[in-house]
Amino acid sequence: MLKPADLAAIRAIITRAKRWDLFFSLLGILSLMVGVLTFTVLFVDMAIQGVPRLSMDFFTSFPSRRAEHAGILSAWVGTVLVMLVTALSAVPLGVAAGVYLEEYAPKNWITDIIEINISNLAGIPSIVYGLLALGLFVYYFGFGQSVLSAGLTLALLILPVIIVATREAIRAIPQSIHEGSYACGATTWQTVSDHILPYSSAGILTGVIIGMARAIGETAPIITIGALTFIAFLPTAPFSGDPPAGLFDWIFAPFTVMPIQMFNWTSRPEAAFSINAAAAGFVLVFMTLAMNGLAIYVRYRLRKNIKW
Amino acid sequence: MQIQTGLEAGVEGALLKADVRDLDFYYGAFHALKRVSMPIYDHRVTALIGPSGCGKSTLLRCFNRMHDLYPGNRYAGGGIVLYPDDTNLLAPGVDPIEVRMRISMVFQKPNPFPKSIYENVAYSLRVRGMSNKNELDDRVESALKGAALWNEVSNRLKELGANLSGGQQQRLCIARALASDPEIILFDEPTSALDPIATASIEELITELKEKVTILIVTHNMQQAARISDFTGYMYLGEMVEFGVTDQIFIKPQKKATEDYITGRFG
Repeated sequence: MLKPADLAAIRAIITRAKRWDLFFSLLGILSLMVGVLTFTVLFVDMAIQGVPRLSMDFFTSFPSRRAEHAGILSAWVGTVLVMLVTALSAVPLGVAAGVYLEEYAPKNWITDIIEINISNLAGIPSIVYGLLALGLFVYYFGFGQSVLSAGLTLALLILPVIIVATREAIRAIPQSIHEGSYACGATTWQTVSDHILPYSSAGILTGVIIGMARAIGETAPIITIGALTFIAFLPTAPFSGDPPAGLFDWIFAPFTVMPIQMFNWTSRPEAAFSINAAAAGFVLVFMTLAMNGLAIYVRYRLRKNIKW
Repeated sequence: MQIQTGLEAGVEGALLKADVRDLDFYYGAFHALKRVSMPIYDHRVTALIGPSGCGKSTLLRCFNRMHDLYPGNRYAGGGIVLYPDDTNLLAPGVDPIEVRMRISMVFQKPNPFPKSIYENVAYSLRVRGMSNKNELDDRVESALKGAALWNEVSNRLKELGANLSGGQQQRLCIARALASDPEIILFDEPTSALDPIATASIEELITELKEKVTILIVTHNMQQAARISDFTGYMYLGEMVEFGVTDQIFIKPQKKATEDYITGRFG
């Protein structure tokens, strides 16, 4: 028989125990705020400075010695072209490597070593990739200080991200689906192309875009391979030259990218250039957010039809 | 182990479809099947019963070489001979994909692919290279009819398989297994994730299916084995303790161990 005193005691215990819930949720909110608020303050500050500077001219003008005439045309075009090369090279390589490791690789110590090294690659400072690329792409392969070199460098940088994302996405597919495919008499390749890739594409794409969002802001490796900080012409538009050789003129063109343009402007003494830098920063953050937004949308669309 | 007497009556008129002979199987160092032998009769339902971990699913998954998908698994002796062509399914020279084309499987938990109902059934035909639309349509329809699902889904073949109820999903998986016209269908506890009504419909379906195909079913439900199977094998600790005609196994088992399990004194 429960006595009123016992009930009071139980309630006291619950109240005391719940203090920890309160304490932890406050701590959690505080930690969250540190991240969110810092970003918000930075972003708002940049927006206040930079947004008034944004105009059509800003996007269609080359950099200039005079801050009010300077624009980001060569920078954003360079960024788009470099990202194109990065995506076209990193996605097939990364997805293929991830699929191989999950579906084909024999489970032995060599595979283990490769797996450990891929995780380690993700942690290598980007400047090291820049040095590697300077030696390998710029000089050894003779690609020069071009869109191609930069794109491949950033591709190397985000390759581990894509491989890991691919593997995670594949592992999220239930074993029963896997076995179901094999039980139908499918080969490994049929299983991969008919089931594994379609069902993991949402996760893979998320990883790809997270990687791209990282690559778009990278400055160090691009500077290392010798991207120009001041450039007043555009590469030929992709696939517009005389075929066949002319089609790829753009990948060997000199270029600059958004973060380098920003870096260039912030290092100028005139205040007007730091406003330009803020405006360019706003555009860059916007590009990144747009990519993340796209990732969320695409993931939602692809997952809608996938239920286990 | 030797096949028990009294089998002859049940076997009458039945051809041998497959024969497990002194099969040994290892998961790494674990000896999971120990010199297991049993016959599988054509167009009959054979049930495997026994407590958890006795090796009944392991034995079932030898039939379509599912163990080949994972490292460390080893067929260590004996074999499974499939008739009429005398192929040893476990022989190193036999391609597991060829085996899976001849012997299909229905799993414990319904595992439809996240594709349409139609594509789920068509998949086992597509891997066999069938691409003619009319032919596929016909085969999908007859497989769905064979799995007693056609009436429920004929007007929504484009919908996702996952939108069906659990029992319907399992019948969809049966249709998928049936579509390729296999010689044997393996059922690995096919009703353990289903409610009693869905279970009854699957059991009814299995008894009908033996007109078309040979069936090997693992079940942890002894009543189910008694209801639907013609032959039953009782396994314990990786060994085939007793194999015989189902009625005989349940009414008058030859071995004390079988009797203890059947009567619920053990297991």
